[in-house]
Amino acid sequence: MADTRVSLAGLELDNPVIPASGTFGFGHEFAELYDLNILGSIALKGTTREPRFGNPTPRIAECTAGMINSVGLQNPGIEHVIAHELPTLARVFRKKVIANIGGFSVDEFTYCCALADKQGQIGIIELNISCPNLHCGGMNFAAAPDSAYKVVAAVRKVTAKPLFAKLSPNVTDIAEIARACEDAGADGICLINTLLGMRIDLRSQKPVISNKMGGFSGPAILPVALRAVYQVYEAVSVPLIGVGGVSSAQDVIEMMLAGATAVEVGAANLTQPYICRDIIEALPHVMDSYGIGSLSEIIGKAH
Amino acid sequence: MTQEIFEITENCLIARGIYRLHLLGNTTSMGAQGQFVNIRLEGKFLRRPISVCCYDNESITLIYKTVGAGTCQLASMHAGEKLDLLVGLGNGFDTAKSGPSPLLIGGGVGAAPIYGLCRDLTAQGKNVTVALGFNSADEAYYVDEFTATGAQVLLATADGSAGIRGFVTDAMTGLEYSYFYACGPMPMLEAVNAAVSTDGQFSFEERMGCGFGACMGCSCKTLTGSKRICKDGPVLEKGEILWPTHE
Repeated sequence: MADTRVSLAGLELDNPVIPASGTFGFGHEFAELYDLNILGSIALKGTTREPRFGNPTPRIAECTAGMINSVGLQNPGIEHVIAHELPTLARVFRKKVIANIGGFSVDEFTYCCALADKQGQIGIIELNISCPNLHCGGMNFAAAPDSAYKVVAAVRKVTAKPLFAKLSPNVTDIAEIARACEDAGADGICLINTLLGMRIDLRSQKPVISNKMGGFSGPAILPVALRAVYQVYEAVSVPLIGVGGVSSAQDVIEMMLAGATAVEVGAANLTQPYICRDIIEALPHVMDSYGIGSLSEIIGKAH
Repeated sequence: MTQEIFEITENCLIARGIYRLHLLGNTTSMGAQGQFVNIRLEGKFLRRPISVCCYDNESITLIYKTVGAGTCQLASMHAGEKLDLLVGLGNGFDTAKSGPSPLLIGGGVGAAPIYGLCRDLTAQGKNVTVALGFNSADEAYYVDEFTATGAQVLLATADGSAGIRGFVTDAMTGLEYSYFYACGPMPMLEAVNAAVSTDGQFSFEERMGCGFGACMGCSCKTLTGSKRICKDGPVLEKGEILWPTHE
């Protein structure tokens, strides 16, 4: 029997498949479709200190094999998430979740993470230091090693939970930034966030997206994500979550061969709402067809 | 919402740039007129959200306009071919609020979901008036079908080639009604909002990522908080809408 279990920074997962932040809300919409407990875990919608409406619409543009979004971290705020979203999710999902925390300042990150630290339901904190959709005064902390180090080091002081930094591919040397996060005390690295992209409408001759640019995701970015995981695997010793363009059991295995311990599925959830269930059901069969007995044994095997 | 495979039984041009698509499949997740489906098309990453014109126990009728590569691809499909649909999306119209004499207002391809609503309300014995607006006679559709439900039908075209010359709001002048329902392009909805004398419901469009409330791609601000057009809409109450020019 194929063994799909993996151990992610101390969190024992039945399988490495995790819906990615921002593509699964707080689980409610998908709980109506299938039993969420089949999932390895769930990465919750990116959460900030204050409630945020996000960017003006249109926020979505289609691309070949992918899409651009400029949602802009719409969320009800950390207090609401803890008081309402987590208990509601607990009624249908008994495993530990990954809280995705965003912010505009180091203070905002530490504030949110200190609150998240007290929640038993949260197994891992994923620091979204790489959102491409925050412009109004916000900075992309994952753009440089110094700023990435600063935010991870500050958060490290307020939580004992496993801490993963989610990195941006829109940088010159992602391995250098991953090393800075590891040095600052990160227990793992999650990569990649979306690629900064754009579409222009031929009729209006203006950008499709109100915010002009947005985050490009979908199957088209899988090779970029694989490359980043492969590079960072050689640069750090902490575990990696691979995310970007994953939409099949084969993609999951490819990501793990590159060096990922767990794999997040993002944009595919939006167009194929049963995709995580389908991948989890297919995994043992695809493992068999490649002679893989245990997923945890193939992590980084491409190196 | 359910994900279902539907079979095309008809896909034909019914007016200039306007197609009617008849689909056979499981409609158990449909709960109201004014809901929509999200259609997967070969080679396209995002699904195409299309409002349901009307439905019954085993079929769905869609009326759509060819505006881009996706809808043109849809128009090239034939009877017998299969489509992957997310069915029963959005809230739909609330017929319980209609009162005895509702006014239904549809503009362009937005007249489509008004048809199923018209059929339901006339079947309930309501005294229904329908105001339809199109650019021109060759883009007008379903005028006979609306009339066949027993509703009183008022028609306006921008160029005067059918019905009265003008906008749908010109066709509404002087009418008395208990409630209204409107679907059409944004400028029409704003004009309707300025012209109506009762409470009512508007159906909105927005670019969507998922169509079922997960991605927050189609959020809008309302007086009752942030709403997702795909999940909390597409139908919103007149009293909660923040019109773009008033934001």
